[in-house]
Amino acid sequence: MKLAVWTYEGPPHVGAMRVATAMRELHYVLHAPQGDTYADLLFTMIERLPHRPPVTYTTFQARDLGSDTAELFKRTLREAHDRFQPQAIMVGASCTAELIQDDPGGLGRTLGLPVPVVPLELPSYQRKENWGASETFYQLVRAFAGANAPETGTARPARPDGQKPSCNILGPTALGFRHRDDVVEITDLLERLGIDVRVVAPRGATPADLARLGDADFNVVLYPETAETTARWLERTFGQPRTTTVPIGVGATRAFINEVAALAGIDPSAELDSERSRLPWYSRSIDSTYLTGKRVFVFGDGTHAVAAARVAANEFGFDVVGVGTYDRTFAREVRAVAEELGCEALITDDYLDVEDRIAELRPELVLGTQMERHIAKRLGIGCAVISAPVHVQDYPARRSPQMGFEGANVLWDTWVHPLMMGLEEHLLAMFRGDFEFHDAAGASHHGASHQSPSRQSASPADHAQQAAVGAPAPSFEPTAAANDLSEPAWSPDADQELKKIPFFVRGKARRNTETFARERGVATITVETLYDAKAHFAR
Amino acid sequence: MSAVRQSSALPSAGCDDLPVLRERGQREVFCGLTGIIWLHRKIQDAFFLIVGSRTCAHLMQSAAGVMIFAEPRFATAIIEDRDLAGLADANDELDKVVDRLLKRRPDIKLLFLVGSCPSEVIKLDLSRSAERLGRQYGPHVRILNYSGSGIETTFTQGEDNCLAAMVPELPAATPGEPGLMVVGTLADVVEDQLRRLLQGLGVPEPTFLPARNAADLPPVGPDTRFLLAQPYLAETARLLEERGAQRLAAPFPLGAEGTTRWLKAAADAFGVSPERFHEVTDRPHQRATEAVSRYRDALEGRSIFFFPDSQLEIPLARFLSEELGMRPLEVGTPYLHRGIMDPEIALLPAGTDLSEGQDVDRQLDRCRAATPDLVVCGLGLANPLEAEGIATKWSIELVFTPVQGYEQAADLANLFARPFDRRTRLEV
Ligand code: SF4
Ligand code: SF4
Repeated sequence: MKLAVWTYEGPPHVGAMRVATAMRELHYVLHAPQGDTYADLLFTMIERLPHRPPVTYTTFQARDLGSDTAELFKRTLREAHDRFQPQAIMVGASCTAELIQDDPGGLGRTLGLPVPVVPLELPSYQRKENWGASETFYQLVRAFAGANAPETGTARPARPDGQKPSCNILGPTALGFRHRDDVVEITDLLERLGIDVRVVAPRGATPADLARLGDADFNVVLYPETAETTARWLERTFGQPRTTTVPIGVGATRAFINEVAALAGIDPSAELDSERSRLPWYSRSIDSTYLTGKRVFVFGDGTHAVAAARVAANEFGFDVVGVGTYDRTFAREVRAVAEELGCEALITDDYLDVEDRIAELRPELVLGTQMERHIAKRLGIGCAVISAPVHVQDYPARRSPQMGFEGANVLWDTWVHPLMMGLEEHLLAMFRGDFEFHDAAGASHHGASHQSPSRQSASPADHAQQAAVGAPAPSFEPTAAANDLSEPAWSPDADQELKKIPFFVRGKARRNTETFARERGVATITVETLYDAKAHFAR
Repeated sequence: MSAVRQSSALPSAGCDDLPVLRERGQREVFCGLTGIIWLHRKIQDAFFLIVGSRTCAHLMQSAAGVMIFAEPRFATAIIEDRDLAGLADANDELDKVVDRLLKRRPDIKLLFLVGSCPSEVIKLDLSRSAERLGRQYGPHVRILNYSGSGIETTFTQGEDNCLAAMVPELPAATPGEPGLMVVGTLADVVEDQLRRLLQGLGVPEPTFLPARNAADLPPVGPDTRFLLAQPYLAETARLLEERGAQRLAAPFPLGAEGTTRWLKAAADAFGVSPERFHEVTDRPHQRATEAVSRYRDALEGRSIFFFPDSQLEIPLARFLSEELGMRPLEVGTPYLHRGIMDPEIALLPAGTDLSEGQDVDRQLDRCRAATPDLVVCGLGLANPLEAEGIATKWSIELVFTPVQGYEQAADLANLFARPFDRRTRLEV
């Protein structure tokens, strides 16, 4: 048993849902109790999808156990087929159904549905979400592309003369971090290079699209977490080579362009010469001197953590003081980049370990997941999100890729934003005694509520000094002038009551109540007055 | 296993006088674990340790919306392959987890071991674990257990089981001393308002279950009367009755009228004079009525459709129809307890369709066919319905917002008015 406060990954069937929801014309029938339907909200609320995930749950209850859960599964599967009429159906079990061993795959076969039924075996007590997504994609591709596989050992026929080179893009799912925008960015890039993008999968693909994956010349693996296993299988089966560079950052995007150009047999120089990223110039611009040697801690899935660490060191001039991942399957890559950058790797999926490490390293900036955002907030450190898991605010309305040259621009903007601007930082150091320079005052471009990341840049001694100076946060709630007799006074009860109102509306409640009392000549605000005012202003 | 309580769904025999559509298909509702999200904030020195799977941990994190203002007082002991294969003794493993936890949080006075579907299917007996650990960590830490599993509980039933687990721990009330207990989690501010009103009526000093601190267990005995503040507490009510307490039947304190009827049940039970009752309740009642009436224009005549979620659906439909003139079409509830709900059902407008349980796809069909002006539903359904052009109100907000009592009646009305307000503002 493992104690978990927060988890970086959900169970493997959530990975399967990410694939199912990304695709079209595919349905997933999941043997699971009712509470597992929470997973729908990941897609409808966090990713804000305007449709339900294509998932039907059996929602068996205790009274069904031992009697007819298998029957219930069959009925659910048949009804889901009849209602949704998909091209194909995946069937599987969540953690609880795995224990009751109804064998959804076997039951699915016995029904004789007129569409393919793909069984998923996702061991919930050993594996996690990313593995589940990868395994699901692999099983689907095997099931649909596999039918068109050439005889083993057949050499791949040469591309006919006059036909443009072509590729598939593999890996983007639902609920991915910026997958939506990365796909657009990389598709544009490939098309500028003169490469046809045949199938993007799983995102946007149908089972029929998967069946023609073998047609393209090579595969672009955007997210190895979900697509590497599949790409390796396609390589073995169809002789399709695959990319190994993930184009995050300027350097990696250049390397990626060279890699795909080599696979496609084309000349990349036009694209490289017209490079569109502002990152190199912004990083060289004199104002950015203050970024030099900023201490940065990086944590995320393997791919994003490795990429972010390199970009931070080589393209921002930061000191990477630690890099880690929650995904053990990428431990080797993460250890390698840690060694390259001269810091220690942290391989753990225990949120508390990550918190301890960040507290110990005292970085000035954290590049992490939504979990690290919370850790950083608590420790008063600036943070930018670079990897799943993410929350609703990480699905921005604007296009905001991480990959390609535009992605590098986005990295520049989002990573620099939490930091102090150059001269501002000097002023803070010079005039530490200024009463407005306190813990609650952040970078001036953040407004009043942000915490100052520069606090963490100070040495421990500075910290002690700041704590001792301890300038209190100015109150943003206008309080009645003490000597103004026309102002109503708060009775102790009413004051107590006011404190129970959430802090973010308390100021307004106080002002409204005082206005209300003043207008009516009430000298002492009682609990009754408070609620009279609340009712008065209701709306 | 003893940790598993019988599902509180009662047989339908006896309800035949009321036409209720009973559905058994896919239920799109949370399991009882979700109640921990509010319970762990209410009982300030309690910790909730779910013994479950990665799914359970992920549910908690997703449903809580990762609202980490402070470190949560809940966590999951995730069952792993080694525990299932018998390579590790699940009890030893649990002991280790509890030890790590209590060392980290020495402020914890009450630890709940919360059962999940996996722990129940593998028949891990958490009541024995609680007993064993209780001997080790007591009396400083009290250790109790209950089921929040999805195979046994729906959403708010988790709170029912949690409170039910506390009932045997309640001290015996002094015989001959009548007392009033208010049962069900309320926001602190609501609890204080209701306490003041009850004190004003002169009924005996009311006690609350759950209390803000684990040590403040309200006494119970044959002279205890109790009022449910939440409708989903059938099992807790049953166990309190077993200890001799008497339940005061009443509508729930939602809206001006609901709150007055709820208080009246207490007043009548303790012989409060009508004059006194009016003296205490008239002013807040009037204030609430006036504040609520400001939303009448926005809501009157509008139709509303409830998907089952918290068991608050019927009282809400009653409030919205009685005080705001809304027209409930279908009111779905995960479970219908006639014994508890009859006073509410009596106040619903004739022709309201009641449904119990769920088959979500069929219910969506009915919902689209009924073309309601507003749909109350869970987070999984809200955006998809909005995308179809149907206005929605997330039901979870009704559980996480202080809505009971006079002073919150207008806030409650506003929750339903806001979707309409928003639609009239938006030009895109
Ligand atoms: S339904 Fe069961 S398995 Fe799923 S989250 Fe709830 S308790 Fe855990
Ligand atoms: S809900 Fe009440 S009335 Fe209906 S069957 Fe059960 S006990 Fe009887």
